[in-house]
Amino acid sequence: MQYLLMLYANEDGWNALSEAEQAEGIAAYGAYAEALQQAGILAGSNRLRPATSATTVRIVEGKPRVQDGPFIESKEEIGGYYLIDVADLDAAIAWAARCPGAGHGVVEVRPVWQMS
Amino acid sequence: MAGAAPNTARATAESVARDCYGRLLAFLAAGFRDVAAAEDALAEAFAKALEEWPVRGVPDNPQAWLLTVARRKRIDGIRHERIGENVMSQLQVLGDAGHESADRFELPDRRLALLFACAHPAIDESIRAPLMMQTVLGLDATRIGSAFLVSPAAMAKRLGRAKDKIREAGIPFHVPARDELDGRLGSVLEAIYAAFAASWPDPLGIETARKDLSDEAIFLARLLFELLPGEPEVAGLLACMLHAHARRRARRDGAGCYVALADQRIDLWDFAMIREAESLLIQASAFRAPGRYQLEAALQSAHVERRLRGVDNWAAVLQLYDALIEVTGSPIVAINRTLALAEVEGVEAALAALPDPGNAPALTGYQPYWAARADLLARSGAAAQAHQAYEMAIGLETDDAVRLFLRERQSRLGRG
Repeated sequence: MQYLLMLYANEDGWNALSEAEQAEGIAAYGAYAEALQQAGILAGSNRLRPATSATTVRIVEGKPRVQDGPFIESKEEIGGYYLIDVADLDAAIAWAARCPGAGHGVVEVRPVWQMS
Repeated sequence: MAGAAPNTARATAESVARDCYGRLLAFLAAGFRDVAAAEDALAEAFAKALEEWPVRGVPDNPQAWLLTVARRKRIDGIRHERIGENVMSQLQVLGDAGHESADRFELPDRRLALLFACAHPAIDESIRAPLMMQTVLGLDATRIGSAFLVSPAAMAKRLGRAKDKIREAGIPFHVPARDELDGRLGSVLEAIYAAFAASWPDPLGIETARKDLSDEAIFLARLLFELLPGEPEVAGLLACMLHAHARRRARRDGAGCYVALADQRIDLWDFAMIREAESLLIQASAFRAPGRYQLEAALQSAHVERRLRGVDNWAAVLQLYDALIEVTGSPIVAINRTLALAEVEGVEAALAALPDPGNAPALTGYQPYWAARADLLARSGAAAQAHQAYEMAIGLETDDAVRLFLRERQSRLGRG
């Protein structure tokens, strides 16, 4: 089954880190991605720009309404994702727990709705 | 066996349902990785049995027959839905596995895996016990709902949602590996205990008993003990529940009023059950790995010993409570501990040790807190405050027998 691991964290926390600490953080994510790669389960992954760069779009009365900012304003923002392909929820949880993001934020595990 | 009378066929179907429902469902659910689909397929198989067995006779192996029919129903169902290829091929494997000859057929017991799926941390905690009751024992939502004080419709909806979660999130049907077993087993034990103690007619913190799912919860604990004999906490949970259950008949008097342990008629206790509990506790202690349920069982055992032998073992009881608080950190255990403390160090010390609702606001709505407080205040001579605390306890109670008991205690205030 495919699962999307969504990484939520407080961006202020990241910005408050020293350059050396940020480098260390990036290295930890690099190692994690390498481990996913080696296990042959990584189906996709990206880091996202901060929520301040987000734009929301919806159709209101037939016209697109475009707004600055993320859909949900909160301290914890989605900062990236991993799409993995594993046997079951337990395996997905085990990988989520290894993600550096689980240490300084929250990882949400969502099964992908498989379309046949 | 062709031409069996309809009554025999029906009786056989009912007996298979009673004895094997959980096994059949667990096996199907693990294969389909879908509890709801397994329930539907099994229900259809039973319906077909009631139709066919009276005409064609009861098959030599009714379980194997039911499984084969249930799988076929599922495969037919899948063909109508549009579901991924991999599910289809998985079912093909399942279907093939069903061709064993009937006389050599032995149904693998997947109930343990089913219990772990029902009590998975990804399942909402409050629905784990009801889910186990429904899947392993085949109880309906009405029966489960009434035990958990939830309407049948709401219970059915929540059970449905939990089954959807099992399917959609891909919750596995397997027994966790050794290194995660301890943590995961905890949630299975908790769910069984929750079913046993869903309501707590427990105004003095000693009696833990349920209205009507206690037999079912004991069945699950026995099953778990049979499947995991090397886990001392499983034996501890079973011992704890058997101890509490052994006194069920003594817990109500002729008028339906709750009777506290100190006043119970010992001749109404079930001594076979008490002996079984004691023997389980000894088996568990041989592992030298004490835990919450062994400690709770040891507490029950100490309370029973005090009544039987007239010994003052409150100091030992207090030590057990201390150990239990260390393991659970529970404010509820802390409340019960104060009643033992009152016996060892006096009522004033106990009142001082009672948790402060200011620090744990949930206590304000927790009946045993007010009952314990009322009891201690009454014994300290603070009749007016005790009266008020009893009023709170009575207002929060759901069990008539306990309400009567508390009302009786309250009316005795200032009279003696």
